[in-house]
Amino acid sequence: MELSISHTTEYTYTAPVDYALQKLRLRPLSSVMQQVGQWEVEIDGGKIEASYRDHYGNHIDLVSIEPGASALTIRASGQVRTLNSTGVLGSVMGRAPLWHFLQPTALTMPGEAIKALPRVASDVSAQVADLHRLSDMILKTLPYMSGGTAVDTPAEDALKGETGVCQDHAQIFVATARLSGLPARYVSGYLRINEQVQQEATHAWAEVFLQGLGWVGFDVSNGVSPDEKYVRIAIGRDARDAAPVEGLRMGDADESLMVSLQVQQ
Amino acid sequence: MTKENAYFSEMHASDGEPRSPYIGYDAWFAKQNNERFAKKSQEAKAFFRRTGITFNVYGQQDAEERLIPFDLVPRIIAAREWTKLSKGIEQRIRGLNAFLHDIYNRQEILRAGVVPVELIAQNDAFLPQMMDFCPPGNIYTHIVGTDIVRTGENDFFVLEDNARTPSGVSYMLENRETMLQMFPELFSTIPVQPVSDYPKNLRRSLEASAPPGCKGRPCVAILTPGIHNSAYYEHSFLADQMGVELVEGHDLRVVDGHIAMRTTKGYKTIDVLYRRVDDEYLDPLTFNPSSMLGVPGIMDVYRAGNITIANAPGTGVADDKAVYSYIPEIIKFYTGEPAILKNVQTFRCSEPQSLQYVLDNLADLVVKEVHGSGGYGMLVGPAASKQELSDFADKLRARPGNYIAQPTLALSTVPIFTDSGLAPRHVDLRPFALVSPNGVNITSGGLTRVALTEGSLVVNSSQGGGTKDTWVLED
Repeated sequence: MELSISHTTEYTYTAPVDYALQKLRLRPLSSVMQQVGQWEVEIDGGKIEASYRDHYGNHIDLVSIEPGASALTIRASGQVRTLNSTGVLGSVMGRAPLWHFLQPTALTMPGEAIKALPRVASDVSAQVADLHRLSDMILKTLPYMSGGTAVDTPAEDALKGETGVCQDHAQIFVATARLSGLPARYVSGYLRINEQVQQEATHAWAEVFLQGLGWVGFDVSNGVSPDEKYVRIAIGRDARDAAPVEGLRMGDADESLMVSLQVQQ
Repeated sequence: MTKENAYFSEMHASDGEPRSPYIGYDAWFAKQNNERFAKKSQEAKAFFRRTGITFNVYGQQDAEERLIPFDLVPRIIAAREWTKLSKGIEQRIRGLNAFLHDIYNRQEILRAGVVPVELIAQNDAFLPQMMDFCPPGNIYTHIVGTDIVRTGENDFFVLEDNARTPSGVSYMLENRETMLQMFPELFSTIPVQPVSDYPKNLRRSLEASAPPGCKGRPCVAILTPGIHNSAYYEHSFLADQMGVELVEGHDLRVVDGHIAMRTTKGYKTIDVLYRRVDDEYLDPLTFNPSSMLGVPGIMDVYRAGNITIANAPGTGVADDKAVYSYIPEIIKFYTGEPAILKNVQTFRCSEPQSLQYVLDNLADLVVKEVHGSGGYGMLVGPAASKQELSDFADKLRARPGNYIAQPTLALSTVPIFTDSGLAPRHVDLRPFALVSPNGVNITSGGLTRVALTEGSLVVNSSQGGGTKDTWVLED
């Protein structure tokens, strides 16, 4: 599927900002599931200071704000051709060893609630079905609705609440899979949902490494494995590792954020 | 053999005659009188107060700043002893750098099963953000302070590698300065190798480690957590001696893809940052987001190849005491040679057999936390009470993987000057090595730490140790 994506993130500040940095993970990488064509990241009110590949292979751009600016606009856009590989990505990407994806992080530290979720069978042939069941159970326990959790809510706290979003679902899922001894990682990306162009936000799902299959994707929030409507942007052990935009600002100004995302065929 | 004779005395052989490196000093000392010496000792103390070397001791409320006692009797090492030591240190440092590069990249040593994966996977000092990256010149440990102990004429052991942030070099320099002031005549008769080139060499070594893209003379700066840090004096001392800026996190920002410091003429790019801020606080954008001490974005600039951070983040993996126990195998793996300097025998309490041995022999052993440093959280079996031993045994059973144990070492002695003349005290040695693409440079000297309490084997300044000037003689 040929997807045309335009993703704009706009910060406006109540007062001019002297210094702020944004770390961007907004350049999807080519893989067996997707081929990235033309892709651009444009900045208004700031500039790209440094670009590199991080320890997961994610492409990072570090952006600084123009001193005295009262708005910063980040626009990522381009074309991605996706393939339907029924969620199977295959062998490892990047240098991070599998054991690294067995380790909890601050955001994915399992507590009582996560430990109470069912474990995945050690029998390889039953694992995919078990993981789908786990995914269904997480969604049932924590129905999708925004506002109940924040960007820094740990998986354990999210699970104890009433509702959650894709970030919470994916983090709970990876935390639980790791308890069963399965390497698991968090994926941020784009999803063309319900045949509509305008999307609410970037999406997040999980990938688990299974013997014989390699990395297999699970989108808990939608109860499916990712197909050709999904574009992977970044991976990591948790949402912070793979956050599309992550920033830090000096001074007292308040900021408001507006995100506009179009994914069309 | 009496207990005192069980320890190797560096100054006097068992027949009371001076060992060869001490012959000149012994002859000079015989002509001194105690009163003059005691007066010199007071002068030295005043000299130190003036120059301001003090040391903050964590956990002592009433002693926020305290002078580390300095003893006037030098520790003397012969040229041939030093040659062997420095070869051993250089080999070890090369092995450590190869190890750090490997575990952050291909992890061949884990694949080969030489070092167990858990040792790295469960190591808090392992920084994932360093994976799949080569720092400039492939150097991780630009500055190393290897702790060495001696137990006999030819028996030297490495106790700790201190690959992360070795401190104490300012004492090496100040101790020599003090001795030159107090006893200039000694240095005209005894051929002692100078240590005063250290700041110049440090600056050269850091400059040589600048990123490949750096044009012109590299700009070096020292990053300090600030005046409340226990080693702040050393940070400002080294900046002053090297002639480079001492900066804090809030002085720096990302400018044109580099880290730059605020100056009266605008922002100036820093090519090499000798940072004395711990990894966790180094970059709030990558590590601890609440850190006020670090430089936001420095890890991004680093991975983009636009700055050298010395020592490299994540180097602390090599200081883990469980990793230490594998250093001989690590050296063999990367250099193909046996280790020149020996390790102290180390029991890994994570291994059930070793744990049992340690529990059975606790009163004879020294037990340390694998991530600990500076003598905090350790048990010195022979000096512990029954209650302390039993409390510590509980800790060991609860978290065996957190501890290693070593036999109590018969540390060599060098005399200190006391009210009743010379008296033997136990010492260790921390030489300082600089690593750059041009090679390893080891200053002929170092910091000798001395346990001032009679019979004590703990030399840490945080536990009541003092220091001595360390002489390496010319060949």
